[in-house]
Amino acid sequence: MILALSGGMPGGIAAHGWALAPGSDARLDSACAGERIGGGARTVLEGELAALMAAAQGGDAAAYRALLKACLPVVSAIARAQGVRGEAVDDVVQDTLMTIHRARASYDPARPFLPWLRAITQRRAIDRLRRAGRRPREVHDPLAYEAEADPGPEPGQRLEAGDRAAALARAVASLPEGQRQAVEHLGLRELSLDETAALTGRSKGALKVNLHRALKALRASLTQERG
Amino acid sequence: MVDLASRDPRRHERLVEDLAGGLEPVRPLPGPAARAALWLGAALLFGLVLATRIDATGFMLRMRVPDLALAAAGAVLTAAFAAFAAFATSVPGRPTAWALLPLPPLALWVCASGLGCLRGWVAPGTDIPNAHEVTGCFSFLVCVSVPLSVLIVMMLRRACPLRPNLTAALGGLAAAAAAAALLMPFHPHDATATDLLIHAVAVVGVIGLNGLAGGRLLDRQAATG
Repeated sequence: MILALSGGMPGGIAAHGWALAPGSDARLDSACAGERIGGGARTVLEGELAALMAAAQGGDAAAYRALLKACLPVVSAIARAQGVRGEAVDDVVQDTLMTIHRARASYDPARPFLPWLRAITQRRAIDRLRRAGRRPREVHDPLAYEAEADPGPEPGQRLEAGDRAAALARAVASLPEGQRQAVEHLGLRELSLDETAALTGRSKGALKVNLHRALKALRASLTQERG
Repeated sequence: MVDLASRDPRRHERLVEDLAGGLEPVRPLPGPAARAALWLGAALLFGLVLATRIDATGFMLRMRVPDLALAAAGAVLTAAFAAFAAFATSVPGRPTAWALLPLPPLALWVCASGLGCLRGWVAPGTDIPNAHEVTGCFSFLVCVSVPLSVLIVMMLRRACPLRPNLTAALGGLAAAAAAAALLMPFHPHDATATDLLIHAVAVVGVIGLNGLAGGRLLDRQAATG
């Protein structure tokens, strides 16, 4: 027997301690993906899942827990067979468990359980794939791949940065002494007014005026150079 | 953006524990046939309430005309089969092919009505309804269809329709066909082209509205409970 219930079958539905035999997960997996399992074994499996679900409809929480745990690998297998990949499989499992819970009254205990489960899982997997289809995703088109912008630095970027620095250095060097000191210490080295005043021996007021004039002059000279 | 919750390896176990912890006993829903019969019974009851205004002799006379009788039988069968199909498609795991079930009686209904229309054309002496009566027919169809649609959508919501729009459209077909069948005893005319057109507009409108609005209602049920 593939599936063994510790409470005994089938009279022990109300008994406590529903559990699946070790190693039954993989068989459940293939059974529900519709592969490599004999008709007889499948009937047994379906019968036992149906019994668990019937017990769950009657309010047996232990049977319900065992059923849902048995469904986890089954649902994952069906979702993968539908084309769901990666972490989305877990999302489908969650959605499916919620739907099973809400729709449990719609299960007819006289009918097999697996088609009911498969229909719900396939629908939830399709919903998930549709939702994923609406989001932008990786493009497998070689042309689009070629046209994709490279997030790294562009080839001429270092040269351009060097040019800009040289131009700035030239412009700063051409300033009068007081303005040049103000820009170098306050603007480029980012020292405070007090530190600059101590270094240069100028008053803070004079430094502020010099910085203001220097920036104005630089703006004028660099704009001119670029234009 | 990384969703931390999706990386929790134990979230399935936690959900199973939550669901099992809050489990309440439920009564399995009756089969689709039983639920369809229940709905048809409600529709019949509705018809009995309206039966006070029935023109019995005229109705019996009209039912002797083969195409009118066929159209009536087609409408009744369409209502019954569409109701069954709607309830069958609302249960997960039932074949979607049940949705095709109402098509043969639907064809009978449409063809028999079309025959009546041809007869009106060939024999011009037929009683043709005036504009006022046509509006009466239209409002009758809509007024009867709406409560029947609401009832069937409420009943369908108790199951788990995985194809909500299809199920709701089948429910709409059932409601519209039942309304047309209930209209027949009150309908003092033979079918004509305008009459058929008005019926078709009302029926398609009811089915379309059900497919859209009912589909959303049923989908909300399936998505959020």
